[in-house]
Amino acid sequence: MAKFRKNKKGGQPAINTASLPDIVFMLLFFFMVSTTMKEVDLKVTVRAAEATELEKLEKKELVTFIYVGVPTKSFQGLFGDEPRVQLNDQFASVPDIQSYIVQARDAMKEADQPKMTTSIKADRECPMGIITDIKQALRKASALKINYSAAPKAEMVK
Amino acid sequence: MAKREIPEVNAGSMADIAFLLLIFFLVTTTMDTDTGIARLLPPIQEAQQDDAPPIKERNVFSVLVNSQNQLLVEGRPMRMEELTEATKEFIENPLRLETMPEMKPTEVEFFGLVDVTKGVISLQNDRGTEFQTYLMVQNELQRAYSELRQDLAKRKFRKDYKDLSDAEQSAIREIYAQRISEAEPKNIGGGAK
Repeated sequence: MAKFRKNKKGGQPAINTASLPDIVFMLLFFFMVSTTMKEVDLKVTVRAAEATELEKLEKKELVTFIYVGVPTKSFQGLFGDEPRVQLNDQFASVPDIQSYIVQARDAMKEADQPKMTTSIKADRECPMGIITDIKQALRKASALKINYSAAPKAEMVK
Repeated sequence: MAKREIPEVNAGSMADIAFLLLIFFLVTTTMDTDTGIARLLPPIQEAQQDDAPPIKERNVFSVLVNSQNQLLVEGRPMRMEELTEATKEFIENPLRLETMPEMKPTEVEFFGLVDVTKGVISLQNDRGTEFQTYLMVQNELQRAYSELRQDLAKRKFRKDYKDLSDAEQSAIREIYAQRISEAEPKNIGGGAK
């Protein structure tokens, strides 16, 4: 074992870094909490569809989400097992979409309003009927920029 | 009681551990960016426009999807894997066939006079079509356009399409303009819920 001799004379005393972990932990908790807070509780099952020609959704604050799918097990007693629409944290019907879009648009800055994008997050087995109705509702609300949410596909079938 | 000196635990590495965790969370939370296929919906028309000139049969590439997730392209059944090639052939019309869309010579920046197709893709789906199938059709159509644009970019500028300048990209987009029209919802092929 090597022996280290303490160099008492000369040099500055070391800064006490014992509180550094606390500061970092605080930051860590801040990020952990703030990132999970924005997630919406999904009340419908959404298994992402797959595609290859994907584009990224650039700015989160410009995007409004519409979830479509079969209600999860705990909600099936109340809402049945037909595909339903979820806006924010609650179930909604297709005619509600228009006012939801108008609200979301009003909350945005005026300069950003034309850039508003609506992302349709639908279950991959969801029938197109309800999605067509949503599209019609979006057209009526003149929210024309839409994005069909999909996950990247690993291997393209040739 | 024996007086024993308890050695102080070295907490210097604690910061490193916490930093590691912090960076891990930072990276993982920003990684799941949402992706999807972007589309532009047509604005709703209050009054039906009847004075719009009808589009010639040869200029329409009809893609129908029924409730069994089967494709009917230009009146014949097709597998999903063939759709991209068929779409590319329709847009390009390499043999200038009478049955394929008309080509209109157009003046385009960088290219001069080029033939631009007058073809329109018409997509129709049933209410019972699965979302995944619909998305796959959109994906394949998009892929046809991307591949054509990429080919042209390689031929003309010897660069990838995404590396081109905005002006060059818009010139290519002018030649291969995306014209996908979606019919008003209809029940085709039955079996709708």
